[in-house]
Amino acid sequence: MDATDDSTPAPGVLVRFDAVQRTVHWINAVLFFALIVTAIPLYFGSLFGLVLPRHAVEQIHLYCGLALPVPILISLVGSWGRQMRRDLRRVSYWTRDELNWLRRRGTRLVRADKFNPGQKVNTIVVGASIVVMLGTGAILKWFQPFSLSIREGATFVHDSLSFLLVIVILGHVVMALTHPDELRSMFRGVISAHWAQRFAPRWFAEESASLERASDSLSSPGEGVGSRS
Amino acid sequence: MTADLTSPETPEESRRVGRRAFLGLVGLGALGVVIGGKVQSALSSAAGSGLGGIFPFGNNFRIYSITGNYPVISPESYRLQVSGLVDHPTTYTLSDLRALPPTTLVKTFQCVTGWQVPDVEWKGVRLSHLLDAAGVQSGAVGVTFESYDGADTESLTLDQAHLSDVIVAYEMLGKPVTREHGGPVRLYVAPMFGYKSLKWLSAIRVVDRIEPGYWEQNGYPTNGWLDGTTGNTNPRLGLA
Repeated sequence: MDATDDSTPAPGVLVRFDAVQRTVHWINAVLFFALIVTAIPLYFGSLFGLVLPRHAVEQIHLYCGLALPVPILISLVGSWGRQMRRDLRRVSYWTRDELNWLRRRGTRLVRADKFNPGQKVNTIVVGASIVVMLGTGAILKWFQPFSLSIREGATFVHDSLSFLLVIVILGHVVMALTHPDELRSMFRGVISAHWAQRFAPRWFAEESASLERASDSLSSPGEGVGSRS
Repeated sequence: MTADLTSPETPEESRRVGRRAFLGLVGLGALGVVIGGKVQSALSSAAGSGLGGIFPFGNNFRIYSITGNYPVISPESYRLQVSGLVDHPTTYTLSDLRALPPTTLVKTFQCVTGWQVPDVEWKGVRLSHLLDAAGVQSGAVGVTFESYDGADTESLTLDQAHLSDVIVAYEMLGKPVTREHGGPVRLYVAPMFGYKSLKWLSAIRVVDRIEPGYWEQNGYPTNGWLDGTTGNTNPRLGLA
């Protein structure tokens, strides 16, 4: 995938995730996978007294955990983070329609933005969980300054939330596997305009408008050519 | 990025609830850390021993091994050496230990990382009894413990070692100490965090210099008192 793909998609397709977002996503996926795979023997192994090279597994878990937020933070700053920041704003801002959708547990149709309300909830929950898991994990690793009750609370939150996160991530994987167009866009970046029109009409309208602006500005050279933001 | 979202219906109507929800959830996590210990105790007494076995709501032992395996020691072949700065170096078999006056303790087992198991019953011989029988020589300041796993070591000052709730344990919860829990014989230092209670106890050496054990070399306080986060400020028995 070369760089021009992102700024000038072929006709009939829209860039859903730019190269930065895709890179961060797949790094996260690998780290999450490693965290879960190492968490299982650490947790159940210690409960049932299984034999395992605990120290090595612990180190992998620790460093994957510490590494997890780094690509996300890097992807949010600088000029390469423009699309990431835009999408974060999309997740943060909710229209009245979307809030109603949430109140009625998804039974009300909504004119969806780039991300539908369910995807927004998923992003917010996973994002907050990363912060909480990082914080509680750090307390467990560097526990000395903390009182016993705080250590117990951190253990409780870290363990409980990991169960919830596994369920959320499994749900995410199931959704991806049952939605091949969307899944493909996490590999290739682009998705068909037809898809956008149907499932993300608000995003489609916005992209069409900005494409029109871009083609308008082609007639007056030197003004923001190719800028899609 | 400010003027980006100028699609007709976005700016006026929408509210930035996502960020609020995110911060709220993080706050909820912090609250969980503060009250989680209490919540867990409540849940574990409510759930009993069923669910508590797998989920983090129960008070369970978590078993850590530093070598990657648990030593296999049959009760018949078990030996405990008492040596170092003593008048009578001694080697005990398991039945020797069982023949000595037993001490029973029922205490909360507390791990330094934040889990606990309430009301654990231990039975064994007071460490002070073994030390007195061996005759500690003058000049001795502490006791070093070695494990059959060949890696773990621990130490106590002589004063700590003579506390009445520091025992060489051969029974836990009414049964012989299991292999995972450090059987057939382990140390149980009731007033300190779990890492001081060395498993698979093989040797007790009386020494003239305290050497930090395995966990201390990995950053845990040498005085693992339960009521303080660092040993050095503990008023009970001073520095190791």
